[in-house]
Amino acid sequence: MDEINERVRAVVVAHARLPVEAAGLGDDDDLFAAGMTSHASVNVMLALEEAFDVEFPNAALRKSTFQSIAAMAHAVDVLVEPSPSA
Amino acid sequence: MSGEAVGVGAMVEPPALADGLTVRVGVDLMAIDDVRDAVDRLGERYLTRLFTRHEQACCQGPDGVVAESLAARFAAKEAVLKLLRPPEVRPHWRDIEVRRNADGSCGVRLHGDAADLAAERGVTHIGLSLSHEAGLAVAVAAGTCWDPEAGPPSSPCHDRRGDRTEDHHG
Repeated sequence: MDEINERVRAVVVAHARLPVEAAGLGDDDDLFAAGMTSHASVNVMLALEEAFDVEFPNAALRKSTFQSIAAMAHAVDVLVEPSPSA
Repeated sequence: MSGEAVGVGAMVEPPALADGLTVRVGVDLMAIDDVRDAVDRLGERYLTRLFTRHEQACCQGPDGVVAESLAARFAAKEAVLKLLRPPEVRPHWRDIEVRRNADGSCGVRLHGDAADLAAERGVTHIGLSLSHEAGLAVAVAAGTCWDPEAGPPSSPCHDRRGDRTEDHHG
């Protein structure tokens, strides 16, 4: 997960257009509270899809999925390695 | 000032226009440069994931994508979303489609989860107004909202479930 977290962080730094220094954010910090707009969160989502070769399903289109680096890393982790029953 | 505390309280809804009928409004503002940058950086993935073919066609100019028009449409989707008030999971962006009318005005057509949500909320007719100026695009959506328990069922801005497609042509 650490590696995924760091890759997610790199995407956030590049695409979230935060008014604060994204590199200094904690994994659980609220990105919307830090100034990420809904349009920027879409950009982050699309960039994550490109970086990890995944596609976020409709069920993942919720604010909480993109609320923090840790939340996004968890969502990506699930998509990269779907459960055997999926 | 009365000295009364002002804070977050019970939900405030506008007065009813008729028995069970109210109006809901949503507004959104979008920086045009942000959309232009997204098109440059994310390209087709951005366009096809967020916009229907009709919307993309309406935003094509002689030099490619017209970012002002695209930004207004993104703002419209967000404005309609505010009007629909999704619980947690939001409808897909393409399920809220901005349609250009023959007279140049724009309207909204809802598909899939967005149409279902509107029906659930009792939202029937949605009007839309778009504008852009000085680097910003703005959209205002206003919709009539019937008490789902008592309101009429007709919903002309909705495509019913089953009309859902991965893209909306035309």
